[in-house]
Amino acid sequence: MALLTLDQVSVAYDNQTILKDFSLELEKGKLLSLLGPSGCGKTTTLRLIAGFLEAKQGKFLFGGKDYTRVPVNKRNFGFVFQSYALFPHLSVYDNVAFGLRMRKVKDRDVSERVMRMLEVVNLNGFEKRFPQELSGGQRQRVAIARALVIEPDLLLFDEPLSNLDANLRVNMRVEIRRIQQELGITTLYVSHDQEECFSISDQVAIMNKGIVEQLDRPETIFKYPATEFVARFIGFHNFIEFDERSDAGDAISLKVGGRLFTATANPGTVRPGARKGAIRPDDLIVSGDTGQEAANALPGMIKVSTYLGRSYQYVVETELGDFTANQEMETPYFSGQRVNLIFPQDKLVLVE
Amino acid sequence: MREKHFGLGLFSLLVFIFLLGPLLIISVTSFEPGTVLKFPPEGFSLRWYENIFKTGGFIRTFQISIIVSLLGNLLALILGIPAAYALSRYDFKGKSLLNAIFLSPVLIPGIVLGFTLMKYLIVVYQLPMYLGLLIGHTIIMLPFIIRVIASSLSSFDFAVEEAALSLGAGRVRTFFQVVLPNIRSGILAAVLIAFLESFNNVDISVFMTGPGVSTLPIQMLTYVENYFDPTIAAISVLLMVLTGLLMFFIERIMGGLTYFTKR
Repeated sequence: MALLTLDQVSVAYDNQTILKDFSLELEKGKLLSLLGPSGCGKTTTLRLIAGFLEAKQGKFLFGGKDYTRVPVNKRNFGFVFQSYALFPHLSVYDNVAFGLRMRKVKDRDVSERVMRMLEVVNLNGFEKRFPQELSGGQRQRVAIARALVIEPDLLLFDEPLSNLDANLRVNMRVEIRRIQQELGITTLYVSHDQEECFSISDQVAIMNKGIVEQLDRPETIFKYPATEFVARFIGFHNFIEFDERSDAGDAISLKVGGRLFTATANPGTVRPGARKGAIRPDDLIVSGDTGQEAANALPGMIKVSTYLGRSYQYVVETELGDFTANQEMETPYFSGQRVNLIFPQDKLVLVE
Repeated sequence: MREKHFGLGLFSLLVFIFLLGPLLIISVTSFEPGTVLKFPPEGFSLRWYENIFKTGGFIRTFQISIIVSLLGNLLALILGIPAAYALSRYDFKGKSLLNAIFLSPVLIPGIVLGFTLMKYLIVVYQLPMYLGLLIGHTIIMLPFIIRVIASSLSSFDFAVEEAALSLGAGRVRTFFQVVLPNIRSGILAAVLIAFLESFNNVDISVFMTGPGVSTLPIQMLTYVENYFDPTIAAISVLLMVLTGLLMFFIERIMGGLTYFTKR
């Protein structure tokens, strides 16, 4: 049974519905990311679970108990804020000790647990410093230690890395994943950065306008997006609307304007019968014009050619619209050149 | 490099003389040995300083002034801190109206406010004079308290408050252990500024004083109506010193009155 269940929850502020009949489940010990553009409801979901917001309708179950009306301070969830939200008037030690003191833990145990947690986040020796004397990365580590020291039943992250610079972000996310796995703590992570979510999560939920478009392992989402929105969000720029579809086992034949394409069946992520094809610019092959008709090929003309450093990016004009393709090559195609676009069968996926 | 500008320098000097001249003249005349205020003084004496402590009324009204200012300050804080908190923390209908109401005592002429308070508190509701004086002073201090504390709260990250809640602190505890310590300097500045406002107030107090109940500024007013000796200059100097000390503390705590102008 899932540790955390949101059951048909609705949230609205100022008569504006943010979440409607929203449901989500999370297993114990897993890290689930909520990923989506701003305004998709991911932060609202997180704040709802934390208890900062109340659901208008629906239920929030945690560990088999109804948490819908349990106040924030009685939930025992750790929350890590985007702005870190350290107590400016307290030292690092007192910041981390705050939650333990609220729980009336004995001073001796407080000191032991605080020091151990500072060790976990690699901040030993910093306990007498004040937040304004720390760098962004150190502040975030204090914030994580402060949330972890209370041994929370659930750890919540609200875009914790977005105020850090790029290098630090990569280090910190590895760190977060390490700590999460070391302590086996159930975690919900919110971000709008795809790479960040995919790299650290057991599961990713891609959200749009208050609904989950797809919830799956990162590898599955990356390869087989379920909907056009998800596909666009994770870098599929090319779409074809097919007229006909016929399935024969794993192979799917598709037709549009007399041209024949084959695609591979998705592992159950998409409703059978979906007829929209999607492919990444990196997977589309631009080859010289052979003049011959072939399956999974589409003749076209180079419209724009730009240099990306590792590869060239082409915008190719075809009878089915413009396609974007990236290709590594020594001598690039020139604008106006006739080419053939090849859609490899295992890279062309169907989305809703 | 700064340019030297003779005209501007001269102009600034004149402004300073205009502002500080009277204070200087008062200070000098307070040392006059004669019985009439004179400038320049004809000698040096501290007899009028002694007179402050000998003449009945000054010390007693000084005590009343202090008590009224401090008690009023306390009441204004009890009303003002929650108001400032609500105005900065939450968005609600009628917020700007409420803001305007809280600031209105600064905008309404003191005479009008004082007269109205007397008419209703003393005449209609028959409240004791002391209580009326206290209420009046609380009202004039309230806008300063709210304004300064709200401005201090506007730079407070309320996520910090949420962090405390998520760590298990209740609402009340969070307010006292997390919010208050972080606006400490704002509260201190508010208290000092409000204190000065109340302590120097004449226009409200004048309606709220009578036999046995008077504040120092009112006592001074009554005194100059009857006597023309330098006692009043001496007491002014002492008040200037007191005000100066308070201003010095405000400056040290907040970086000055710029706290007021920034919203």
